[in-house]
Amino acid sequence: MMTIRQLSIFLENKSGRLFEALDSLAKEKINILALTVADTSEYGILRLIVSNPEQGQKCLKARGFSVNLTEVMSVYTSNKPDSLATTLKLFSDDNISIEYMYAFQFHDKGVIVFRTDDRQKALKVVEKSKMELVKQEDLV
Amino acid sequence: MLDFWEKDIETILQKDLQRLQMQKLQKTLQTASQSYYYKKVFNENHFGFSTVTSLDDIRKIPFTTKENLQKYFPYGFLSAEKKDVVRLHSSSCTTGDHLTVVFYTRNDLDSWSNLVARSLYTVGVRNTDVFQNSCGYGLFAGGIGIQTGAEKIGALVVPSGTVNTKRQIQLMIDFGATVLHTLPGYVTRLIDVFNEMNLNPKTDIELRIMIIGAELHSEEKRQMIQEKMGVKAFNSYGVTELNGPGIAIECEFQNGMHVWEDSFLFEIIDPKTLLPVENNSYGELVVTTLDRRAMPLLRFRTGDITRVVSGTCDCGRTHRRIDRIKGRTDNVFFIKGCKISPEQIEKVLSRVPEVGNNFIIVLDSINGKEEMIIEVEVNNRVFFDHYSKLEKLTKYIIEGVKSEVMITPKVKLMESNSLTRCDQVSGRVRDLRKEG
Repeated sequence: MMTIRQLSIFLENKSGRLFEALDSLAKEKINILALTVADTSEYGILRLIVSNPEQGQKCLKARGFSVNLTEVMSVYTSNKPDSLATTLKLFSDDNISIEYMYAFQFHDKGVIVFRTDDRQKALKVVEKSKMELVKQEDLV
Repeated sequence: MLDFWEKDIETILQKDLQRLQMQKLQKTLQTASQSYYYKKVFNENHFGFSTVTSLDDIRKIPFTTKENLQKYFPYGFLSAEKKDVVRLHSSSCTTGDHLTVVFYTRNDLDSWSNLVARSLYTVGVRNTDVFQNSCGYGLFAGGIGIQTGAEKIGALVVPSGTVNTKRQIQLMIDFGATVLHTLPGYVTRLIDVFNEMNLNPKTDIELRIMIIGAELHSEEKRQMIQEKMGVKAFNSYGVTELNGPGIAIECEFQNGMHVWEDSFLFEIIDPKTLLPVENNSYGELVVTTLDRRAMPLLRFRTGDITRVVSGTCDCGRTHRRIDRIKGRTDNVFFIKGCKISPEQIEKVLSRVPEVGNNFIIVLDSINGKEEMIIEVEVNNRVFFDHYSKLEKLTKYIIEGVKSEVMITPKVKLMESNSLTRCDQVSGRVRDLRKEG
């Protein structure tokens, strides 16, 4: 599998809603590895990388949340200052459009997560530059 | 202000009125029978000219509903020859299968404008007045309808229509408007723009009379309008299918609206039993036109809930009064002068696969402007990861609603299962518009 699964949750801009989502996962002992919230004035999209995305989706759905599982690409980077910029340049040089991206620390490595519709092109870049793809099993 | 446009008719004795109504009713039934629809109804019920021999006999005739009018659109109710019809009006707020139409002969137009003139004269409009008509023109009967009545009195009419508010106010200043006809829901916006322009409507313009109607509004709202605008504001009742404006109007005593009973035979019925109410209780207003030739209507169910105001009026007019309209029998609501039913919104939403059946219509006043906000739950077909898709969905719903009801709504996407289950469509409307 060339991608990992991310939880995408639709949240109303109601105070406490974000907390409720995270609290629901905490109660089921699901580990959150990375989190990002993007918002407009009307609503927000909460994106999460968790240890068990299927269980996470089930748990959130059961508590009435609107949630999808999204396939996203993810690669490891080394823990050097220029590593992120260098990796990104490899994708932009090939004109791969990235809709959003975020990064987190995983053990002693950096991880970039990004969403692109040019998945085939992105995979070619990954192979060519010998980047290491993050696998779902790694995140358990 | 106690003089009358038509003193004899306005102060007619009960027995003379009833005789007049009976004569007109017989003629109306005869005319109506020439339409496709009523001919069918009369045949199916074996009605003849001896069926109705008293005013009470009108109850033998079936009601006419808006659905009947929609089903037999466009010419099913036409009772005259097309060559004798000179105008039509239609509701301008809905599309396609919700359209109804009203036809007028030259005499119908004269009769209508006379009723409007009578109404406007009753509230004090005179030929020395400058009358600004800030209602939609075109298919909407309120525009031209009010204008011809004001012209008949001899007032100077400023047909401002729906130009922007700043322009409305400037026109009032330029021409010294003394009378304004407008929708009650619009007045909050008017007052706000007066403030923005650093003008005081009580002192900086010449307005002394306002005629407000076409939308349900409360006594509190009327008081607010009078207080803030420094005018006397009179409630006016009209229904597109029954000409438009000019059916009933308040007199100087502002205690109920006199229905012009020489032109409109009315009943108040219990909408459940369809029988006349007792003791002047609230019920649905049902009207039979007595003067219309191109398109008479028999026992038209208006959907408006009101009651007769008992007793005689100090103004001397003997035509009975109805109370301000309390509500509707259906779930229709008013916004920006348009009548909308939740069913129309539901129709649009049912065509959008990404939203569920749960939605709420919130009516609010934001910065003085009336807004319709549709809160609708998304379902699992929405791809929650894509902003642009969510924005596109919002836009799609806005366009769909706008093309159905002619009003641009705001749309708020809500989480699935976040709205309280509203199985009945009637619970779908939340009106937060304040009175002041």
